[in-house]
Amino acid sequence: MKALVPVKRVIDYNVKPRVKADGTGVDLSNVKMSINPFDEIAVEEAIRLKEKGVATEIVAVSVGPAKAQETLRTALAMGADRAILIQTPEGAGSEVEPLGVAKLLAKVQEEEQAGLVILGKQAIDDDSNQTGQMLAALLGLPQGTFASKVEVEGDKVSVTREVDGGLETVKLSTPAIITTDLRLNEPRYASLPNIMKAKSKPLVQKTPSDYGVDVAPRLETLKVAEPAGRTAGIKVADVDELVTKLKAMGVAG
Amino acid sequence: MKTLVWVEHDNAVVKDATLATVTAASKLGEVHLLVAGSGCGAVAEQAARIAGVGKVHVADDAAYANALAENVAPLVVELMGHHDAFVAPATSNGKNIAPRVAALLDVMQISDILSVESEDTFTRPTYAGNAIATVRSKDDRKVITVRGTAFEKAATEGGSGTVEAVASTGDKGLSSFVGAEIAKSERPELTSAKVIVSGGRALKDGETFEQLIFPLADKLGAAVGASRAAVDAGYVPNDYQVGQTGKIVAPEVYVAVGISGAIQHLAGMKDSKTIIAINKDEDAPIFQVADIGLVGDLFKIVPELTEKI
Repeated sequence: MKALVPVKRVIDYNVKPRVKADGTGVDLSNVKMSINPFDEIAVEEAIRLKEKGVATEIVAVSVGPAKAQETLRTALAMGADRAILIQTPEGAGSEVEPLGVAKLLAKVQEEEQAGLVILGKQAIDDDSNQTGQMLAALLGLPQGTFASKVEVEGDKVSVTREVDGGLETVKLSTPAIITTDLRLNEPRYASLPNIMKAKSKPLVQKTPSDYGVDVAPRLETLKVAEPAGRTAGIKVADVDELVTKLKAMGVAG
Repeated sequence: MKTLVWVEHDNAVVKDATLATVTAASKLGEVHLLVAGSGCGAVAEQAARIAGVGKVHVADDAAYANALAENVAPLVVELMGHHDAFVAPATSNGKNIAPRVAALLDVMQISDILSVESEDTFTRPTYAGNAIATVRSKDDRKVITVRGTAFEKAATEGGSGTVEAVASTGDKGLSSFVGAEIAKSERPELTSAKVIVSGGRALKDGETFEQLIFPLADKLGAAVGASRAAVDAGYVPNDYQVGQTGKIVAPEVYVAVGISGAIQHLAGMKDSKTIIAINKDEDAPIFQVADIGLVGDLFKIVPELTEKI
């Protein structure tokens, strides 16, 4: 089966985001950008399925500005076979919302007919946690969200999910949509030769209008602000002083 | 505005996350509840007593036994014929089901809201809680998930909702539940605990984690949490994880032991009322958010602290 892996270009997870002074958004100029960590896990899972002989081809797809090509090249260097970039304008206010992305991915899936679409559970910029579920809804396919284990068994896929109280396992018919949780796998590093090879792998460029999808935002961002800061705390010298504080707060007897 | 609230339950009790969600939904208008499950009549009776609740829709069918999104979403969509908003707690069920409902209704979901500014305007955290966005929805119907720690819990008694059965939309046959491994714990639930003691990588191993963190937590009547590093290292199961990718908590007191304070961890706990940090590295980022810090060796400090309280 074919595996389709959507990836997103986001602020690097180690960077502390700075809110712009005018409250219009987060300042992304001259900030290190990377592949969304959950998407890296999705690419890795697809590659492992290919190495097991389950997946035959891995198609990476990204919706974003021209620079999202770098993110797709990362996926290609890890082991994806080809890539599709659905290019959108750059800059604040032009981000495509999860609903728009899901509609575009639904069109791509209709063309590609992948057996599995593997996405990250959430992007670390908008923290929405929606796209995979929305894609499954639009296609009328089952969803295995927050996956920590994926096993393909014939025309079914068994997915162990990280849920609030622990783990649960569901069995889905294929094609299915899977979203990855952190513990699904440890993504590999792309080696230098593979990074070089990735440069010659096919990357097709499209636009939302090629798919006839309206990606106009449904949510209007009125303001982006820093969270309320915490007032500076104190340091205590020893355990006795800490115990006194805890007792004063009424949490220790 | 008529809202439909997803009731999170385990077939025996209504979970606390539901109560905070009812409070958020009541800011939008009339609150109706949806109890979906198999043999969930008792939960529906409990739900009807929640203060401020109107109608309680009960969908009792084997298809809803394990809250599979493929079966539950069509049921919600059916009920959204006469509701203006679907509001779910941002639990794993809520996060699994709500976006599926939103896409079927062709609306954008507003995830993990922190406040209701008006009928169509909400605040929500982005970038691991480093930026708070105020967003206005242009959709005619709203699909919202609620951060439980951001709203007071509605009272569990005093309501007089009317329980009404709704017809099942059936099993869609796309997915089936195989089984679950739910971690057993005598301690309070992490997301609703008043006090939390969390351990990080510095605890060295699972045994040390248990020996040091559990007794302290028990003395304080606290729930036990962990950083991602401690979970990845296998000290404790993943459902202990506090952070951007784990659970979001806001207890009265959060004690961080041997946790450096990476932004992904802070995203899950920095709304705690009082943060106490115990760490040997006085430059650890956790001290920038801690109200009370103690610099030193946790292997000495924690047993002494447990002894003295």
